[in-house]
Amino acid sequence: MKLESWGRYPKYPQAASPVWWPQQLDAAALPQSFLPFGNGRSYGDVCLASSNQLLTMRGLDRFVAFDRQTGVLRAEAGVTLGDILQVTVPAGWFLPVVPGTRLATLGGAIANDVHGKNHHRQGTFGCHVNRFTLYRQGQWLECSPQQEPDVFAATIGGLGLTGIIVAAEIQLMPIKTGQIDTVTQRFDRLEDFFRLANDYDLSHQYGVAWIDCLARGSRQGRGVYFAGNHAEYESPMTIHQRQLAIPLTPPLSLVNRVSLKVFNELYWYTKPKQPVVSREPYPGYFFPLDGIQHWNRLYGRNGFQQYQCVIPDNGATDAMRELLSAIADAQSGSFLAVMKKCGDVSSPGLLSFPLAGTSLALDFPQSSKTEKLFERLDAITRSAGGRLYPAKDAHMSAADFQSFYPQWQALDALRDPSISSHFWKRVTL
Amino acid sequence: MKRILIIGATSAIAEACAREWLQQDDACQFVLTGRDRNKLDMIKADLQTRGAQKVDTLLLDINDLESHATIIQEAGCFLGQLDRVLVAPGALPDQALCQQDLVYARESINTNATSIMMLLEQLATTLEHQRTGHLVVISSVAGDRGRMSNYFYGAAKAAVTVFCSGLMMRLQKSGVSVSVIKPGFVQTPMTADLNLPDKLVATPEQVARVIVKGSERQQGVIYAPGFWLFIMAIIRLIPTAIFKRLSL
Repeated sequence: MKLESWGRYPKYPQAASPVWWPQQLDAAALPQSFLPFGNGRSYGDVCLASSNQLLTMRGLDRFVAFDRQTGVLRAEAGVTLGDILQVTVPAGWFLPVVPGTRLATLGGAIANDVHGKNHHRQGTFGCHVNRFTLYRQGQWLECSPQQEPDVFAATIGGLGLTGIIVAAEIQLMPIKTGQIDTVTQRFDRLEDFFRLANDYDLSHQYGVAWIDCLARGSRQGRGVYFAGNHAEYESPMTIHQRQLAIPLTPPLSLVNRVSLKVFNELYWYTKPKQPVVSREPYPGYFFPLDGIQHWNRLYGRNGFQQYQCVIPDNGATDAMRELLSAIADAQSGSFLAVMKKCGDVSSPGLLSFPLAGTSLALDFPQSSKTEKLFERLDAITRSAGGRLYPAKDAHMSAADFQSFYPQWQALDALRDPSISSHFWKRVTL
Repeated sequence: MKRILIIGATSAIAEACAREWLQQDDACQFVLTGRDRNKLDMIKADLQTRGAQKVDTLLLDINDLESHATIIQEAGCFLGQLDRVLVAPGALPDQALCQQDLVYARESINTNATSIMMLLEQLATTLEHQRTGHLVVISSVAGDRGRMSNYFYGAAKAAVTVFCSGLMMRLQKSGVSVSVIKPGFVQTPMTADLNLPDKLVATPEQVARVIVKGSERQQGVIYAPGFWLFIMAIIRLIPTAIFKRLSL
C-alpha cells in the first residue's frame, strides 16, 4: 500500500510496519526511527516519518469498553471517528468534537488536537480526552490530567511525537437523534459572515461558512453559512451517505481557474438568500467530502496544499480581507474554502492550533505559484498575530513555527527520541 | 439471530468477518476460539461494544485433536445451535525452512490440513445432526495449483479444499451449506513479511465482506476478492510444460 499524506505533497515514499496488536509493541522490535501513522488524513508532512519508516496503526481498531449510561468510551487508537459514531449514535451519544472527515483515527484526532464546527462551544478534541495509554521508549504509560500530566499535555496536539498512542478513553456527548437541524443562508460580503457567525453562534452548536475565494471588490468574502444543531426530534430518513469515488488521478489538476469560477458562481447562486431550515443525517452535514472517495486525486499527480490559518478576533476582519484579496489576485484556490469562528475554550494540549478568532482554510493545487502566494499569506497571518495549522501544513518556515508555537521546545523535550516526522525536522531546524 | 462459532478467531480475516456479520444483523452471538487468551478477550470486548448479544471465548489449539469434541460441545451449549461456523486457523510456513526441516514441514501440514480436516469432520457431523447451518472454511488460492514458492502451504490448502468439496456433497442432503473461501493476498499479520504486489492486496475488511455475502448466499466456492477467480483460472490453464519453467 502506498502511504501518502492527504495532500499528496510533499512526496516522501514511506515504508510501513503494520501494528495489529498492542502486545506486538516491543522497543526491540520497533524500527530505530519511525512515526506512528493513522489513516493518512492530515495534509502535509506531519504524518510522514523523517526516517520514511511508518508504524501503521489502523490494525489497532478494537473497542475496549463503552458505557452507554455515562457515555465514556475506550477504544484502540486506530479506530476511525466514523467507526465510533456508528457504534455510539444509535445509543444516543456523539463525539463532542468532529473534524471535517470521519476517516481520521482516534489517535490522529488526539495527536493533531482536531477541532470542528463547534469550537466556540466544545473546544478541541483534546478537551474531551479523559486518558490514554502511550507506549513510549519501551514503557507503557497511562496518561491523564492527573497521571503523567506533562506527557498528557504534550501528546494532545503532539503530532504523534511523544510516543505511540495505543488506546484512549473519551467522554461523549448525549444526543437525542443522529440528525442535524440545519440553517443555510448565503451572504454577500465579508461583514455579513461576521454578523451571521456572531448571531448563529448564540443559537447554534455548529457553524461554518463556505467562501467564494474568487469574488472581489464589493462581493469579496461572499459565501454560504451553514449553522446546525443536533435535532431533538427524528424524521424518517436513512442515514446512508451516497458514495462516489474519483477512480484515478488525472495527470493535471481538474481544479483550475475556469472550473473554479464556474463552480463558485453556480454554487453561490443556488443557495438561498433567506435562511432555509432543513434536517439531515449527521454525515451529510459534518462529512460531505467523505461522500467522495479519493477526492484528493482531483488535484492531479502533484497533489495540493491546504492553507489554514487562524487570526485572533482583534483585527480579524482586516486580515481576512487581505488574505482574500491576495488569493483572488492569484486567481487560485479551491472549491472548498472554509471560514469559521473559533472560540476561547482552551485546550489541555501544549501545541493546540485554534485560538479565539477566525479560521480560514483553502486548498491549492501544488505549483510554484502556490509557494509565492503562501509567502504573501504568511506575511499577513504573521502581522495579524495569527498562526498556521501543523496538521494541514507543508510549507511553514521554522522561524514562523517557532514564533507561532513558542511552547514547541517543551514538546521537543518530551519527544520520544525514536520518533520524528518530516514536519518536525523542517520546523525545528 | 445468528449464532456463530469462530475457530481461529484472532486471525485478521476472522475478526473482520465477525464484525461484518454484526453489520448485517444486530442480533449475533459468538463463541470465539483461539490460542491467545488476551487477544480473545480483546476481540470479545470489541464485538460486545459493536453490539453482539453475547460472546464467549474458549482456548483451543487446533493441533490438540482430543479437545475438538469438547470445544464443539461447549460452543453448542453456549449458543444453543450453530448457525454459522467459520474455520479460519492457518499459518503460512516458511517454504525454504520446510525444505530443510521436515519436522517443521510436517507440523505446518498438521496445522493447515490434518487438524483442520479432523475438526471439520466433527463439525460436519454436528451440523448434519442439526440439519441446519453454514460451514465456512478458509482455504486459499494457493491450493489451486502448486507453486515452488509455497507448495507445502499450497498442498495443505488443496487438501482442505478437496475435503470441503466432499463435505459439501454430503451435507447438501441435510440442508447444511459449505463454503470454501479462497482469499488471495490479504494484508494481515500472516503476510506482513511478504513483499506483495500493491494492486493485488486486499484488506481483511474487503475480504470479509466478500466472505459473508457469499456464504450467506450459500455459494460453494468463494474467491475473495472475486477477481482471483480469473487470475487462478488463467494460472490453472497454463500448460504444465510452460508452468514448470516459471518462477512463481
